[in-house]
Amino acid sequence: MNILYLLIPISLAIVAIIAAIFLWAVRTGQFEDMEGPAHRILMDDDDPPKS
Amino acid sequence: MPATAVGQPCYHCGEAVPQGSDYPIRSGEVTRSACCRGCQAVAQTIIDSGNADYYRLRTDLPKTPEAALDELKALALYDLPEVQEGFVKNEGTLRDASLILEGIVCAACVWLNERHLRQLPGVIAADINFSTHRARVRWDDRRIKLSQILEAIRDIGYHAYPFDTGRQEELFRKERNAAIRRLAIAGLGMMQVMMYALPTYIAGDDGSMPRDIEALMRFASLLLTLPVVFYSAWPFFQGAWRDLRLHRAGMDVPVALGIGAAFAASVYGSFTGSQDVYYDSVVMFVFFLLTGRFLEMNARKRSAEAAETLVKLIPAAAVRLPDYPTARTEEAIGAVRLAPGDFVLVATGAAFPSDARVVEGHSSVDESLLTGESRPIPKHPGSEIIGGSHNLGSPLICRVERTGQDTVVSSIVRLLDRALAEKPHLAQAADRIASSFVLALLVVAAGIATYWAMVDPARAFWITVSVLVVSCPCALGLATPVSLTAALGRLTRIGLLSTRGHALEVLAQASDFVFDKTGTLTDGLFRLREVRILRGDRDNALQLAAALEQGATHPIAAALREAALDGGSDAAGALPHVQHLTYHPGLGVEGEINGQRYRLGAPEFAAPGEDFSLPAGLTLIALADAQGVLAWFGLGDGLRPQCAELVAQLKELGVRLHLYSGDRPENVAALGRQLGIADARGGMHPQDKLEAVRSLQATGAVVAMTGDGVNDAPVLAQAQVSIAVDQGAEAAQAAADMILLSSELVRLADGVRIARKTQRVIRQNLAWSVLYNALAIPAAGMGLVTPWMAGIGMSASSLLVVLNALRLANHPTKAHPTEAPPQTSPKIS
Repeated sequence: MNILYLLIPISLAIVAIIAAIFLWAVRTGQFEDMEGPAHRILMDDDDPPKS
Repeated sequence: MPATAVGQPCYHCGEAVPQGSDYPIRSGEVTRSACCRGCQAVAQTIIDSGNADYYRLRTDLPKTPEAALDELKALALYDLPEVQEGFVKNEGTLRDASLILEGIVCAACVWLNERHLRQLPGVIAADINFSTHRARVRWDDRRIKLSQILEAIRDIGYHAYPFDTGRQEELFRKERNAAIRRLAIAGLGMMQVMMYALPTYIAGDDGSMPRDIEALMRFASLLLTLPVVFYSAWPFFQGAWRDLRLHRAGMDVPVALGIGAAFAASVYGSFTGSQDVYYDSVVMFVFFLLTGRFLEMNARKRSAEAAETLVKLIPAAAVRLPDYPTARTEEAIGAVRLAPGDFVLVATGAAFPSDARVVEGHSSVDESLLTGESRPIPKHPGSEIIGGSHNLGSPLICRVERTGQDTVVSSIVRLLDRALAEKPHLAQAADRIASSFVLALLVVAAGIATYWAMVDPARAFWITVSVLVVSCPCALGLATPVSLTAALGRLTRIGLLSTRGHALEVLAQASDFVFDKTGTLTDGLFRLREVRILRGDRDNALQLAAALEQGATHPIAAALREAALDGGSDAAGALPHVQHLTYHPGLGVEGEINGQRYRLGAPEFAAPGEDFSLPAGLTLIALADAQGVLAWFGLGDGLRPQCAELVAQLKELGVRLHLYSGDRPENVAALGRQLGIADARGGMHPQDKLEAVRSLQATGAVVAMTGDGVNDAPVLAQAQVSIAVDQGAEAAQAAADMILLSSELVRLADGVRIARKTQRVIRQNLAWSVLYNALAIPAAGMGLVTPWMAGIGMSASSLLVVLNALRLANHPTKAHPTEAPPQTSPKIS
């Protein structure tokens, strides 16, 4: 059971990391368009050279 | 293969390529064909810029682009610093603007626009939001101008308009992001706290879990619950504090008490190790509550959007003609600087910068922003035009009538705001009940706490928390306003605008609909409605009639001349020459054309002894020569389309119908018979109408009066709910509770249906709330409900009522031929 003394703090750390990633995603506006990205992945997005 | 066979679809827009047209598009080795110059230009631009993949990727066909060269001049306006002020952010030479993109039909459009914009030299970033059809563009002003960017979008067949994001929008974005963050923290906290709680539940009290491990779990839970309580649940505490300071009992009070008490007790229990802990209940409760609020917020936003879009379509710039009519020097200025009386030139494809009246030119205009209907409406000198509508035909010179806050769209937005702000009786009642409910609940909770403290002190605390948490005033405090906002939003989208908060409630109860005739059921225009030809052909008869009436000014003459013009003869100048013209006042006119004598006028004058029955309500005019009658013309007021359908649908809904009009009794009676309205009275003055409505009301009827807002104002005010059916510019001035902006009368029946459904939904929610509380509070008081069960019960109950209310936002309307494409389902995002 002593392993829990390690595992539980690790789980807390993981939650903190996930929360940080999520907040970063919100801040960078990734929840503003919920439809576009689903289509965008199918498009070829190599930008053509500037003309 | 230059020329193409008929029926082959255009490579760009999919329309059939007309025979003999030759608009080739060169794509590598292959040559494709387009249907018009516009498609050819757009397709060639797309292919030449290396984006030919668009044609492979797209899932929907674009509209045929109009070749609108006039617009280029209008675009240049957007380069003016004063015009850019409203919507462009400056950072040194870098500029940043938001654009509304029109013409986006599928994801490939987004891809194409982004790629096309990004490869323009000087454009630093271009991002398009597929959900909102908005683009954010950043560019270097030294290398490219905004007008060139807009032009580049035009070249590939789309339309872009800059718009002012406005503080409202920015505020909502911040609010929404904060809500997502709170929800996410609560969700993550909930999941992980459950993980720690589960082993404790499984182990139970049999001692299989060592004390030290249990303490570890508790402290880990405590750590995770801290941000949920102090960050995610913070708005509840703030709301409760605000309520208490104002000496009210709002919904947030029991919620905050429950969360606070459960959390404090758990912390105490964790440190003393003596009591049960409720971290899992607390986090779950917060998470579900936030989910409900988030859904409600999105519903509110969707309702408000319907009105906000209107304002955004008013362009930022205008072309003024300062010296008109002496000279036509053009001057570009910001639309905000226009004043009534200025003359503006509105190019093809451009939007009108303010409410205006046409002074020169003929065109057709798309007023769909206001009426929800995209049929172009013809405009001639003298016609009024609503700011924000689009000029589809040829350029128009207009005089500015109203600007800024006085424009129709601004007034409409204000009216809608007022309707949303005014709380109807039902919502007020719900508020009062919710407030007393909360007070009663607090008293009951205190009683239960005292009782259990004497009977079983160990259980007293969690039972009290359960009671506080399980009780759900949401159906009262939250679901009623959500139902109303959702319904108002839906009504606005179908073109029936509510200007008063109580309109929806009364419309649902309306037992009698009173219609005015002229301008309501009929279009109020004296026109040629019927032609019966006995000899010769129609065009010829109309030509002769128009020629005879050439010099006359009365309405019959005007209607006949107009009909002759519409009938194909190009201009009044082409009419045959009349000799020996004699007027017989009150009877008609006599004259000689090409040696033949003709008479035109009342039947007893032009065709004595002959009889021809035309639909009642029309004025009969005969055209005769020496041999007898050539043609009969019936002139009069025309029934508006969908009248019969409206009457049928309202009858189906069990509404009694009345027709009160100031028109001649026989005309009104005829119309009543035609439509199947038994109570059709004519010859009524406004005062008579008022009396008639009063006597209806005396019998207990709830009267909905439908009329034109100006003439019928007193009657409209007397009726419990009034609906103005004005078209266009006067709409906003009408003193009515509701305004039918759509030209489709049937929308009234849809409105009744939506109003009734709203009442049903509110009642369902109230019934549910009563039932739920009647069962849950006693159960919790008896100690049968643990705090976590209470949390689930309360949250599920509030989610249920909010989701039930949201059904109104998508209430289907009966399919009509001109129905716009269905609205997309609400996005919970």
